Amino acid sequence: MSDFLKIQGLQARIDADGTPKDILKGLDLEVPKGEIHAIMGPNGSGKSTLSYVLAGRDDYEVTGGSATFKGQDLLALEPEERAALGLFLAFQSPVELPGVNNANFLRTAVNAVRRARGEAELDAVAFLKAVRAETKHLSMSDDMLKRAVNVGFSGGEKKRNEVLQMRLLQPSFAILDETDSGLDIDALRIVAEGVNSLRSPDFSALVITHHQRLLDYIVPDRVHVMAHGRIIHSGGPDIAKTLEKQGYTQFLEAAA
Amino acid sequence: MTQNAAPALEAFVARAAGHGAALAETGLPTRRVEAWRYTPLRSIADTAWQKPAPLTAETTTALLDRLVLPETGARVVYGNGQFMDALSALPEVVRQASENVSPLKGLFSATLNTALGERGLDVRVPAGTDAGLLTLVSLSDGQDVSTHLQHRIVLEDGASLTLYDISTGEGRYIANPRFDIVVGKGATLRHVKVQRESLTGTHLAIVSADVAEKGEYDSFTLNQGSGLARHEAVVTLGAPHAMAHVNGVQIVDGQRLNDLTSMIHHAAPDGSSRQTVKTVLSDAGQGVFQGKILVDRVAQKTDGYQMNQALLLSEKAQINSKPELEIYADDVKCSHGATVGALDDEQLFYLRSRGIAEADARDMLVRAFLIDALDLVSDEGLRDLLLRSMTS
Repeated sequence: MSDFLKIQGLQARIDADGTPKDILKGLDLEVPKGEIHAIMGPNGSGKSTLSYVLAGRDDYEVTGGSATFKGQDLLALEPEERAALGLFLAFQSPVELPGVNNANFLRTAVNAVRRARGEAELDAVAFLKAVRAETKHLSMSDDMLKRAVNVGFSGGEKKRNEVLQMRLLQPSFAILDETDSGLDIDALRIVAEGVNSLRSPDFSALVITHHQRLLDYIVPDRVHVMAHGRIIHSGGPDIAKTLEKQGYTQFLEAAA
Repeated sequence: MTQNAAPALEAFVARAAGHGAALAETGLPTRRVEAWRYTPLRSIADTAWQKPAPLTAETTTALLDRLVLPETGARVVYGNGQFMDALSALPEVVRQASENVSPLKGLFSATLNTALGERGLDVRVPAGTDAGLLTLVSLSDGQDVSTHLQHRIVLEDGASLTLYDISTGEGRYIANPRFDIVVGKGATLRHVKVQRESLTGTHLAIVSADVAEKGEYDSFTLNQGSGLARHEAVVTLGAPHAMAHVNGVQIVDGQRLNDLTSMIHHAAPDGSSRQTVKTVLSDAGQGVFQGKILVDRVAQKTDGYQMNQALLLSEKAQINSKPELEIYADDVKCSHGATVGALDDEQLFYLRSRGIAEADARDMLVRAFLIDALDLVSDEGLRDLLLRSMTS
């Protein structure tokens, strides 16, 4: 099996009001091609930091370790280069972009990625056709395309807009950062369906969540438990159920 | 207070012949003059500015070619302060006018224009007539020359006109146009201006608009050129239910300074004014916004709104913003706000994480910042022209 996503000894810190704070403290993780993995862990364990570091947000300083994706040094790439390579981060709190029309944004993103991947750009008609097909799947109204990106969207609409972007950008590796937070059961099902429909031997995902609930809909191949900036335990999907019943204590004690 | 010995002033006064007394007395304002505190005129003080030679046909064509112009409507072209007959045609319904206007005491741009005034556009739109779109092109070319066009635009009661006012040039010159505007009862003048002067050019424009009952002066100014440019508007709402829009966008890069200064005078009850001005600054660009709203004691039920926002894209860029409300009536609604900020890192990262290159992501966010000011241009065709002009 060739390396797909491989993280070794990753350390990262953030500047917290002038003092550096270590968040990732030697994290190891591998996600092979075609697999969906989940990361669960208590608040403050570094789950979101991991997703931001992988996507290339520059307010985190990587102080050690490595992360490779498709054999490339992921950490050396700009965020837009990572996207072109096939990485996608569904944000926990999608940013609002007042004044940026959602449809224009989506088309700009799709064509930027298509250009970078050596594919032909979509013209307005072809794009609209593609986007309409997706919004129908996600039960999104056309109105959401006409509005400014995420402005005035409900929590569920924002998450659906993330999944819409994921579907349109056709990543080979998606990170879903607590995409289930703030979703009712119907929205959860729609979002999960959006991810499941991408499942293929060429698509992998890392699903970061607090709750086992999402994993009822997106059944992972493996589950990792994260605490104190490291993966402290890995196993099959049944771990999620154990966590839901008994909490993190046993894993934390075992790791201590 | 002023530089009375400046070569520029001496040259201006000499050119003005018998009409230079007021200018000689006023002098060239220094930064100690409050109105010019943020916009120093040092760069023009040491030059003896002369009247330019007529524009050659070749230069005219070259300058016209770089402008984004409407394909419809009437067009009038001035080159180096002179009416270019062969390139100009007025709308049929428009008549030449001969109005006398008030001298706008104490405003340097107006005083300079009054002393050296050259006859510009002089039109009257008859009552109840829609004169459509009129494009006014002002071209300049030369070294150490200056032009001082005087335009007079009168809209009779119920008349309407859209004026697309665009200027550019080549070389080192001063363009000092003046617009005296009278908007009659229930009349509407839409004044969309694009300032694209040469980087070594200076633009000192003054607009004086008097608006009658239920009349509307709806203006938008794009300041996007010139080493030094001030667009100054003085709008008087002198009768009930008069309305003014004094909106604008300034895009300032390099070492340039662009200035939008306005005075909206509510002199009658039930008037309303709206002002949204956005300035984007990069490199060592400097922006100035000075916006005064004066509400007389009689101007009850005035409804005023002013918002000015600046986006700083570099550490060397600078914005000086001076909102000023002077209110003597006790039953008015006047709000104003000012913000200065940089691009949002989170927004930038979000766009880049979707594969959009950093430079494109920045452009998208800058455009998003400007869009609500641009959206205030009601004419869709002109709004498109502005967008094209902004990116060319």
